Amino acid sequence: MVNEMAEPLIFHFDVDGDNFTSAGQASVQVKKNLRQLGIDPETIRRVSIAMYEGEINMVIHAKGGEADVIVSDESIEIILKDTGPGIANIEQAMQEGFSTAPDNIRSLGFGAGMGLPNMKRYTDYMHIDSVVGEGTTITMRVNF
Amino acid sequence: MTVNELSAKQGFKPVAMPDGEREINGVYIGDLLSWVMGRAKADDAWITIMTNINVVAVASLADTACIILAEGVNPDASVIETANAKGINILSSEMPAYETAKAVGI
Repeated sequence: MVNEMAEPLIFHFDVDGDNFTSAGQASVQVKKNLRQLGIDPETIRRVSIAMYEGEINMVIHAKGGEADVIVSDESIEIILKDTGPGIANIEQAMQEGFSTAPDNIRSLGFGAGMGLPNMKRYTDYMHIDSVVGEGTTITMRVNF
Repeated sequence: MTVNELSAKQGFKPVAMPDGEREINGVYIGDLLSWVMGRAKADDAWITIMTNINVVAVASLADTACIILAEGVNPDASVIETANAKGINILSSEMPAYETAKAVGI
């Protein structure tokens, strides 16, 4: 819990879509920032895993994007925005095990169809706004 | 049991040990990284055969006590370097995952 915060803190990141090995840099930085704010470890764990899954998705499917993390008195909000191919069937994408990731991604241990379900699992609120051919915006919140 | 103690007791080779006094409170075995992030608990020893750079990020974000590489697999130098920089412990075990988990014995 962050006490008596005057106004929300906003962290902004550009997620590089070309470099899969550096994917996760934004999440690791957020983890560090939240730790400095004195936020409890389990909340940090939930936020950083949810954000990492989103970051990986942006790298796999959308050639990168933008991430904003907003820390307020009540919650930590994560907004992930890309201009990738969009999600045709969100209900299907939310099912554990459903994946459209290519084989080279699977060989790295990703693409198990657990990304979006994990994002939902670790957050108190999750909304997917997606238009095929235009992009996807995911909003997640972890409450204090 | 700390990661240092586990390494000494079972002869698991310390590949990267920036935070050896970290306590281990459980074990998780898995190679699918999102599955690990969904199921492993903080302070688990995570046993895997994956050695790519992403395992360091997963261990960091999931807050596991250490990674134990089973079957004697070895990571690249760049992975070891990143693990040391990010405070992630990596041990290496010659045994398969099941025997490795039994040896941890938690």
